[in-house]
Amino acid sequence: MESHSHEFVQRAGAALHNPTLQQALGRAKDGFVLKRFNAVSALSEYEALRDRAVQIKNHTLEHLDHYLLRYEEAVRRNGGVVHWAADAEEARNIVRDICRKAEARSVIKGKSMVGEEVGVNEALEEAGLEVVETDLGEYIIQLAEEPPSHIIAPAIHKTREEISDLFHRFHAKYGYTQRLTEVPDLVNEARQVLRQKYLSADVGITGANFLVAENGCNIIVTNEGNGDLTSTLPRVHIVTAGIEKVVPNMEDTTTLLRLLGRSATGQDITSYTTLFSGPRREGDPDGPQEYHVVLIDNGRSTMLADEFREMLRCIRCGACMNHCPVYGAIGGHAYGWVYPGPMGSVLTPLTLGLREAKDLPNACTLNGRCQEVCPVRIPLPDLLRNLRHRQFQARMGTKRSRWGLALWGWLARRPAMYRLATRVQARLLAGMGGKRGHISKLPLGGNWMAGGRVMPVPEGETFMSAWKKRQGGRG
Amino acid sequence: MTTPDTQGPKVGLLVTCLVDAFRPNIGFATVRLLEQAGCTVEVPQQQTCCGQPAYNSGDNITAAELARSVITAFEGYDYLVSPSGSCIGSVHKYPDLFQQSPEWESRARHLADRSYELFSFLTDVLGANDTIRARFEGKATYHDSCSGLRQLGIKRQPRALLQQVEGLKLVEMEDAEVCCGFGGTFCVKYPEISGRMVDDKAQAAQASGADTLLGGDLGCLLNMAGRLKAAGSPVRVYHTAEVLADMAHGPGLGDGEER
Ligand code: SF4
Repeated sequence: MESHSHEFVQRAGAALHNPTLQQALGRAKDGFVLKRFNAVSALSEYEALRDRAVQIKNHTLEHLDHYLLRYEEAVRRNGGVVHWAADAEEARNIVRDICRKAEARSVIKGKSMVGEEVGVNEALEEAGLEVVETDLGEYIIQLAEEPPSHIIAPAIHKTREEISDLFHRFHAKYGYTQRLTEVPDLVNEARQVLRQKYLSADVGITGANFLVAENGCNIIVTNEGNGDLTSTLPRVHIVTAGIEKVVPNMEDTTTLLRLLGRSATGQDITSYTTLFSGPRREGDPDGPQEYHVVLIDNGRSTMLADEFREMLRCIRCGACMNHCPVYGAIGGHAYGWVYPGPMGSVLTPLTLGLREAKDLPNACTLNGRCQEVCPVRIPLPDLLRNLRHRQFQARMGTKRSRWGLALWGWLARRPAMYRLATRVQARLLAGMGGKRGHISKLPLGGNWMAGGRVMPVPEGETFMSAWKKRQGGRG
Repeated sequence: MTTPDTQGPKVGLLVTCLVDAFRPNIGFATVRLLEQAGCTVEVPQQQTCCGQPAYNSGDNITAAELARSVITAFEGYDYLVSPSGSCIGSVHKYPDLFQQSPEWESRARHLADRSYELFSFLTDVLGANDTIRARFEGKATYHDSCSGLRQLGIKRQPRALLQQVEGLKLVEMEDAEVCCGFGGTFCVKYPEISGRMVDDKAQAAQASGADTLLGGDLGCLLNMAGRLKAAGSPVRVYHTAEVLADMAHGPGLGDGEER
C-alpha cells in the first residue's frame, strides 16, 4: 500500500468537509465505545486480565527469538514451512514465489493488516494473479479501490448507499443486476459472489491474530467465518504475520483472546475463533496441501531494541482509534497508511520514517483516552511525545514554530523579562478586546480562528503584578 | 520541611502562565480557597511556566531547564499547588526529564510527590469538606479536562466541592470526559480538527441545559469559551475555583462587560 501520510493536513481537511463521512463516523464511534464499555464493565477481573496480558507480552518480547524459533520448529513438525521476511519487499517476494511455484491463478484473502502493510495485493496483481478479499469490509473497499480506514472495520467510513452502488456496479457481470438496498440482501449477494471465488481459488492468504509457540498453531478471529473458508478450501494456505504475534502457549493466548474481543467489538468472544495447525494430514477430509507462514519483521526488531518496544504489545484491537477524538473527527484515511489513529501515529513514523509521517505524532492532544482503553496498557501518549522529541532533535518542524518555541523558552528562563513581556501582551490583547471580552482577529496570524472560535482576552493586569501590589498593601 | 500545626501547611502557588496572563481572578480565587482551608500561601517570584509547551514539543532540554527552576523555586514549601491539572501533570513528569542526573531526578520526585492540583489538594489532602462559602445562581455542567482526569484521577473532587455552593445545580453533559480539542499547541497547529472537536463539546454543553460551563484548566476553558462565544451562545464559562471562592460574579471568560 502506498503511503499518503505526508498529505495528512489536506486529507484531514477534506474529511472534515465530507458530510457522508462525518455521518458514518458519528454512528460508528458511539457503537464501539458503548459496546466496549459494557463488555469490560461486566468483567470483574478486567484490570487483572490487563496486567496479566502486559506480563505475557513483555515476557514474550524479552525472549522473542526463543519463542519464534520454538514456533518455527512446531510448524515444521506439523508439516508446514516458515519463511522469514526482513522487510516488505522480501515478504512480497516470498508470497509471490509460493504462488508461482503452486502455479496459482487466483488468490483469496482474509483480512490481514500486515498484508496491507507490505503490499501483498499489489505484488500479486502485478504478477498477473486475481486477488479477492473475502472479509466483507475488505471486499467493499477493494471494489472501491480504497485502503482500509479502520483495522477492525475497514469499510466503516462507507455508507449503505455507497455500498449499494458499488455492488450494483460490480456484480452485474455475475448476473446480479438488481440494485439492492437492504443490509441482509447486500450481505447475501456478496456471499453468493464470493462463494464462486472460494471454490475456484488456488491459494488462500490469511493474517494471524496469534501464533502459538508451543504447538505451532495460528489463530484468527473473525465474525464472518470467511477466514475459515479462505484457509481450508484452496490448495495452498499462506499465513502472513508480524514477528510480534507469537505467544508462548495456549493458556496465554486465551488471556489475550478475552481482551481482544471485548476491546474491539465489545464481544465476550468473536463469532469464529479458528486454530490452524498446518496442512491436511492423512485421513483429513479437507484442508490445504501446502501450509506456509511468512514471518515479517519490517522494522519490528528495531522497535524491540529501542524506547518504542512497548508498541509491540499491540494486539490490533482498534480500541485506541475508537476512543480517539481526533480519529473520530477525521476518520482513518487522513492518516494515509494502513494503521490509523493513535497506534498508527506511533507505527507509521517508525515504519515509513519521521519525515513522511511528520504530522502524525503532532496531530494529537495527548488527552490519554487511548492509553486508558488500551488492553495491553501501551503508553501511547508517551510514545508520541518520544517521536516529537526525535523530530525536534532532527530539527524538523516549521521555522516559525521552532523560532516561536525558542523565543518563548528564552523568555521563560528569564523571569523578569518574561514578566514584562506577559504584562505588555496582556495589556495589548485586553485593549484589543475592548468591551467585548474577546477578539476575532489575532495580531499574529489567525490560526486559532480557523477553528471557528474567538479568543477570550486577558483581564488586563497580570496576576504577578496584581499580587505584588496587593502584597505591598498587606505588608 | 514542617511548620507548626497552628499555621497550617505552607503552600507555594504555581500560578500557571495562562492564569497569570489571562485570568488573574483564578489565581486570587485559588489563594482564597487555600487560605480558607487554613494554609499559608506564597507565590514564588522566580516562576514563569511549568515547561509543558517545550516538553510536549519534544524540546526536552528547555523543558528540563524550566523544570529545574520550578524545583528550586518550590522546594522550600510543604506543598506545591496549582489550579491546573495539566501543569501538575507536567510537574509529575519532571523525574522523566532527569534520567541522566540522579540528584535532580530525586529532587524532582520529591517535589512531584508533594505537588497537587487545587481540588484534589483541598479534598484528598486537606479533607476540607466544609470550607466552601459561596453562592452561585445557575445550572452548571463540568468538563473533565484530560490531564487532570487521566493523569491525576480528578473527577469526583471538583463535583464534591461544587455541591457545597449554595444555589448551584450541577448537571452532567454527554461525553464530559472527551477532550475539548485544546491540547496546547495542537489547537494552533491543527485549528480545523481542533475546531471540530470543540464544536462537539460546545454542543454537548448546551444540550445539557446548563447555563454555565465549568472546568479546572484554563486552556480548555479558553478554547470552549472561544467556541461558545463565536456561536453566540449565552452559556457562561468560569474556572471552578472562581465559583468555589465566590468570585464568579464578573463577566465569564470571553464575555464583555455589557452582557
Ligand atoms: S494500541 Fe492498544 S488499543 Fe490500540 S490497537 Fe493496539 S492494543 Fe488495541
